[in-house]
Amino acid sequence: MNGSSPLLDVQEVSLTFKNVAALSRVTCRVDKGSITSLIGPNGAGKTSMLNCISGRYTPTKGKISMDGRELTGVPAHKRTGFGLARTFQNIALFRGLSVLDNLMVGRHSRLGYGLLASILYLGKARREETRHRRRVEEIIDFLNLSPYRHTIAGHLPYGVQKKVELGRALAAEPQLLLLDEPMAGMNLEETEDMARSILDINEEWGVTVFLVEHDMGVVMDISDHVIVLDFGRVLASGTPQAVQTNPKVVSAYLGDEDGLYKGR
Amino acid sequence: MSMHKCGLFYTTYAAEDGLFRSRFQKLCLGLFLAAMLALPQLVDSYAVSILNLILIAVIGAVSLNLLTGMCGQMSLGHGAFVGVGAYGAAILSNAGAPFVAALLGGGAISAMVGMVFGIPSLRLKGIYLAISTLAAQLILEYVFLHASSLTGGANGLPVDPPQILGFAFDTDARIFYLILAVTALCVLAVTNVSRTRHGRAFVAIRDYHQSAENVGVNLFAYKLQAFGLSSFLAGVAGGLWSHYTMYITPEQFSMGLSISYLAMIIIGGMGSVIGSIFGAAFITLLPEMLNLLISSLGGIAPDLSAVIVPMKEGVFGLMLVLFLIFEPEGLARKWRLTKAYWKLYPFAY
Repeated sequence: MNGSSPLLDVQEVSLTFKNVAALSRVTCRVDKGSITSLIGPNGAGKTSMLNCISGRYTPTKGKISMDGRELTGVPAHKRTGFGLARTFQNIALFRGLSVLDNLMVGRHSRLGYGLLASILYLGKARREETRHRRRVEEIIDFLNLSPYRHTIAGHLPYGVQKKVELGRALAAEPQLLLLDEPMAGMNLEETEDMARSILDINEEWGVTVFLVEHDMGVVMDISDHVIVLDFGRVLASGTPQAVQTNPKVVSAYLGDEDGLYKGR
Repeated sequence: MSMHKCGLFYTTYAAEDGLFRSRFQKLCLGLFLAAMLALPQLVDSYAVSILNLILIAVIGAVSLNLLTGMCGQMSLGHGAFVGVGAYGAAILSNAGAPFVAALLGGGAISAMVGMVFGIPSLRLKGIYLAISTLAAQLILEYVFLHASSLTGGANGLPVDPPQILGFAFDTDARIFYLILAVTALCVLAVTNVSRTRHGRAFVAIRDYHQSAENVGVNLFAYKLQAFGLSSFLAGVAGGLWSHYTMYITPEQFSMGLSISYLAMIIIGGMGSVIGSIFGAAFITLLPEMLNLLISSLGGIAPDLSAVIVPMKEGVFGLMLVLFLIFEPEGLARKWRLTKAYWKLYPFAY
């Protein structure tokens, strides 16, 4: 740890589904301003962890706090107010909306007007729409999405959809961005592009990134800190170099000589 | 030499977000409205009565499209919500409330009832929600029939034609202008919702409710708002209906009405405001067209009408199936394609 304050603090979180433990007593932290990655073999509980943080699952035990404020028990739709945004492993775009509207939905909680203002679409609603549109256009420019601005999201190629999803999360102007396998299914060029975007988001915009990813090359390249999960437990945690040479991590990924069931 | 722009170029976001973005669009709308205003003077009162029914159906269809097409919440009880508004407005009107208050009151009652029946939408999706709204339809029909002290039961409920500031809308042509104005307001309201924060949130719920939740949309609150707003407009349609027909009975707001609203939005185009208008016109005109066909064939083959008349329901069903197969996105898509074709004409590349 480099001594800076944790933005996200996960304390002893356990999650069980009908006696099957998805996570058991996970403790980890994400430092403010860092890119922290969560890795682990399939079924290790990475996405479950993200779902606990974003509010889809409620941990059976333990607590999660962000910037000193307790997150556990807060409904998912209120967590954007804490500065939290996420993307999904499988593309979870609003397929029927244009790219622009997808990003505008991303800003949903930042727009303040009510249903009646929506119906009348006068003064306040109109001003807010224009103001937030300006901000959304900046994100569109940043991610090079301008050619697709008015294209229906469902009609876009896969790699672009992944970017739109990143854009939608960014539109909320989060402090902490949870990315669930943003490089999955992408070719080398798209992967590099995405990695570059993530670094820019982190460095230029000062957004803390919590990344779940299988592409080890990317993870080791861009992360400040890596957490390894296996069977719902934290196996190791540290700098990319330290984690890579950790014998427990090596055996979790490659298996060890004595077979699968040895004391894990 | 003067140069003309070969397309629409905006210099402000506000201009691009406008409802009618080109002078041509404004001109078309102006001409359309002028034609609508002149129409009652040009056609007979039967044709005006059909127009009135179309306009009322437009409100019903556009409100169902808000709920089902945009927000993705299937409803098989929309006809009953129209009925709640029809009875609500009629009862208020008979109790001495002025027409506008009765109309809004009917809408408000319908909105409340719609929100109550929308509560299961938190847990139920798709076909399961459809069944629970079917329950709403059956329960409300039962209430219309058996709360006879309020609704007149099977005998029905008479209503006086609407009066605003002493002016009675007592002929088809007079009430046409009133219905046209209310319909225009309702269509404008839904259009505005569809292009702003709430409409986007509705579509987000339809397309991917989990990510909608993660961007900060309170699913339950927004589903209830969709049910509330949709039922409010349905109630307004009902209020116009009862004041226009001047007599309502429970069987007018049966399952069949709910199905025909669904047919309107399927044929018109799910989630499309203009599609709802096309769909409402199409479904309302369909029986008229069949009648016309029968009567024009009457001279040639008089026996034919005996065969075709009972087939009306079948034709209705057949149209629906054909649309689902050949144009699942409805008349709204046809309209889009036609516009795109003429935009490029005669250079279609």
